[in-house]
Amino acid sequence: MRKLLLLATVLLVGLVFIARLFYLQVYNSSTYNIFEDTAIRKVYNYPKRGYVYDRNGKLLVANQPSYDVMVIPREVSPLDSLELEEFCGLLKITKEEYAKKLNKARNYSPRLPSPFVPQLSKTDYAVLQEKMRKFEGFYIQKRSLRFYQTSIGANVLGDLGEVNRRIIKRQPYYKLGDLIGKQGIELSYEDVLRGVKGIKFIQKDRHNKNIGPYKDGIYDTLPKPGKDITITIDSDLQAYGELLMKHKRGGIVAIDPQSGEILAMVTGPSYNPNLLVGRERNKNFSRLFRDTINMPTFDRGLQAQYPPGSPFKVINALIGLQEDVVDVGDKFTCRMGYYYGSRRLTGCHHHRSPVDMNAGIAQSCNAYFVNVYRRIVDKYDDAGKGMNIWSDHAKSFGLGNYLNNDLSVGRKGRIPDGDYYDRQYGDNRWGSTYIVSNAIGQGEVEATPIQLANMAAAIGNRGYYYTPHIIKNIEGDTIPKKFKTPNHTTIDKRHFEPVIEGMFDVYNKGTAQSLRIPGIDICGKTGTAENFIKIDSVKTQLTDHSIFVAFAPKDNPKIAIAVFVENGYWGSRFAGRMASLMIEKYIKGHITRTDLEKWILTHSLENEYKKPYSGEPFKINGETTLQVIDEYSINTNSELQNLNY
Amino acid sequence: MLRENHRGFKFDWIIIILFLLLVGFGYLNILSASHVGEVTNYFDTTQLYGKQLVFLGLTFVLVILILSFEAKFYERFASIIYLVAILALIGLFIFGKDVNGARSWYGIGSMTIQPSEFAKFATALAVAKYISDLQTNMQTIKDQLRVTAIIFFPALLILLQNDAGSTIVYLAFFFVFYREGLQQIYLIIGLSLIILAVLGLKFGILITAIIVSIVLISVYFFRKKKRGSILQYILVLLISIAFSYGVKLFYEHGIKPHQQNRISLWLRLEKDPAKLERMKKSEAYNLIQSEQAISSGGFSGKGFLEGTRTTGKFVPEQETDYIFSTVGEEWGFLGTSFVVITFVFLIIRILYLAEAQKSQFSRVYGYSVAAILFVHFTINIGMVMGLIPTVGIPLPFFSYGGSGLWGFTILLFIFVKLDSNKINEW
Repeated sequence: MRKLLLLATVLLVGLVFIARLFYLQVYNSSTYNIFEDTAIRKVYNYPKRGYVYDRNGKLLVANQPSYDVMVIPREVSPLDSLELEEFCGLLKITKEEYAKKLNKARNYSPRLPSPFVPQLSKTDYAVLQEKMRKFEGFYIQKRSLRFYQTSIGANVLGDLGEVNRRIIKRQPYYKLGDLIGKQGIELSYEDVLRGVKGIKFIQKDRHNKNIGPYKDGIYDTLPKPGKDITITIDSDLQAYGELLMKHKRGGIVAIDPQSGEILAMVTGPSYNPNLLVGRERNKNFSRLFRDTINMPTFDRGLQAQYPPGSPFKVINALIGLQEDVVDVGDKFTCRMGYYYGSRRLTGCHHHRSPVDMNAGIAQSCNAYFVNVYRRIVDKYDDAGKGMNIWSDHAKSFGLGNYLNNDLSVGRKGRIPDGDYYDRQYGDNRWGSTYIVSNAIGQGEVEATPIQLANMAAAIGNRGYYYTPHIIKNIEGDTIPKKFKTPNHTTIDKRHFEPVIEGMFDVYNKGTAQSLRIPGIDICGKTGTAENFIKIDSVKTQLTDHSIFVAFAPKDNPKIAIAVFVENGYWGSRFAGRMASLMIEKYIKGHITRTDLEKWILTHSLENEYKKPYSGEPFKINGETTLQVIDEYSINTNSELQNLNY
Repeated sequence: MLRENHRGFKFDWIIIILFLLLVGFGYLNILSASHVGEVTNYFDTTQLYGKQLVFLGLTFVLVILILSFEAKFYERFASIIYLVAILALIGLFIFGKDVNGARSWYGIGSMTIQPSEFAKFATALAVAKYISDLQTNMQTIKDQLRVTAIIFFPALLILLQNDAGSTIVYLAFFFVFYREGLQQIYLIIGLSLIILAVLGLKFGILITAIIVSIVLISVYFFRKKKRGSILQYILVLLISIAFSYGVKLFYEHGIKPHQQNRISLWLRLEKDPAKLERMKKSEAYNLIQSEQAISSGGFSGKGFLEGTRTTGKFVPEQETDYIFSTVGEEWGFLGTSFVVITFVFLIIRILYLAEAQKSQFSRVYGYSVAAILFVHFTINIGMVMGLIPTVGIPLPFFSYGGSGLWGFTILLFIFVKLDSNKINEW
């Protein structure tokens, strides 16, 4: 027994040690990650973010340097009150903020760097840099911020924001404090614009001093600069569109039908993109984002999904021709509406009757299109089958689904099919008379302005469209093939001419006679969409939305456009005028009809928008009067003016 | 000599191989822990790794020297060697040099020598000599006191020189005494006192008293025959309480603040977060750094000379007392368990050979060697991994330093020599 005591103790200690080592080195040890190794300092070298140019080579977005004070909490040595005062003074923060920020960083990770005070001004940086060495655990990280050369196109250009922890978890490339595209092209072309940051691994000693490159720098990388991109936007046209949209809400999307390039993408109200740069970004972003009335961060050109109204009628005309249920010359009677037996299913405005296709489009006759639509749906015994065929035709114009392009936001819109109504009413328990609203672009049909612009492009091209996109050129790279291949509609080319003639006559003798542009043949279609909101849970009708869809010139169109103005009343009142001006601006480069331009600039819809929030009863449509404003207040260019508040 | 030759090499191969493994691996880790930048000259004696290489060379000379003495020499001269060692320790008070607050070194030119490293084998020789005397009976109080005195002198001298760590090593001789006949009751009392001390510090006197009472009551009921009087039990309880209280007093007033903090860290007594934060930068700093270095090595380590914490010298004393953290970081679990297993094998091999000795002197000496190595191994690695409170003693054959390396080499190879001679013993 006596012989065994030491032997047993030795074995016991050996086992305990192996167990402890196993716990420390195997069980409790994560795989070695150099980024978590506090003995290695990681110095990032941020590449230049790619510049953004417009289609005419005009620089829209460049960079400016910025300096972040970063902190690695566990390396911070406690400051005495004098040092603390000096440090806080340099950073322009209070002692309480210092403690709070340090705590926040420590909660994230004591080992990894967190931004302490982001985006110092250049003068603060100069002063601080000298004294930085005194404050252990803090260092300055140079980054580059965006510098917008323009005050327009906030929704197009987007902005950069700090990555959040969710993104870091998903994409370990990003480290806390890094910037990433949040909206617009900054988001959709993040990978191209960003480049790849370079990194240097430096061996530290326990006094936090650098003692040389880690493993002679074999893991170090050089930054790869981001690529410059050219976008399809015409900044002059974009700026003009934004000017026209002032004091209104709505969206304008203009596309080059021959390439699918988006020429302008206007949303109103908008804001100056420089608001979302630098230290003020967070404050401004929440101000913009929380504005649920004006919704300046909501891109109405891409995201506003509404019944398209009358412009959709031309799709029904095309489908009718394709399905061979109507001839160009077939005439239908209109008795101020469409009657099913003695029941009026839709109303109509006053025009001559009966009308053929040309007049039906030009006069926007509701009864004509209800007839055509019913013939399409009732072509087969089964309304569901007719509806499915109708739906497929409509969807071939890029409606009812995402356009699958390179924009950061979008909506599907809605083109119902037979199944949709089977679900709504029960299998086969519905017929064409239930759903006649679709004939005139009301009812279940919904689309966004960019879908309508694309639809106009497809019509202008007589049967095909290129996916609308915003990238024109990437430095040293090609743009995706899908933007170069045409998408064909299911309508034969020959059926387009009569419909286009009808759209041409909208300007010649129809609902937009007053908006003709000398020397340019425009084909268009007005639209007016009823809309409702709930005020204290009472469904209340508001003034109609004003919609206009057009392309020009009639042959080989150069521009297809959709304009949508919330509560603008009838189609040619606001949207038509604005579309006409945009077309002239793009094709001619200047405006000949200054009185028309002045009318748009001096008429505001802001009173109209205030009505639902006033808490008082209000009148709509024909019973309203237009608000006229002083035109000189428009051209002042302060940031708040840009917000249109 | 002739007789020895025709029997071939008669030294224990296994011990020599294990020794070479430890010394060789130790050198590699010292190289890692002490190099700055690229190593261009391994013999650069301005660097620690260069010096260690010189020490190693001298070690082999020393080994040959030790092995070439007559085995009987060590037994015969044990007392004289012991006296010389004691004198060397006493001499420190007059001629010694202060390093880090401990007066443990002689300075000879640029070299320093630490006599306490040599006092260990001298004490082991003296203890072996005394116990192996035919007159000695370890069961008697008289001999127990005398043999305790043999270890007490060097231990006291070392303690007075402010080297508490090296003093603790002398507890190793308890294993030797126990093997040679010390009564069981000492073991029980010794263990009980350690448990009482820890309980008292960790949970306070009251809870300790309750625990002791429960244990005593159960002992009383389980011992049907020799229960003894209840008074005895009460006496034991009172002594326990008095002892715990004494330990507490000693902890609070008898030791230096840094020692107090080390114990408080080990038992996690400190609850004040501000003080803990301060400790992290002082007493706990070394421990945290070394645990991190070991953990970061993972299963297979970062590779020789590739440890980022070792290269950055994050663990203070990493080439001496904390050399095991370098093993952990660069060689991972594979390396650390190799070191642990090698030490365990070495100690067991020494124990096995000690038991096989015919002469009691050789056996007691061998046992002492095993016990001293064991205590060093346990305290050093236990401390580096945070299992026991920080006690600054080196890891044999691993830690940087000539005195330590030579002290352990002499300790071990005297036994190798004694063992080689067992065939001649009658």
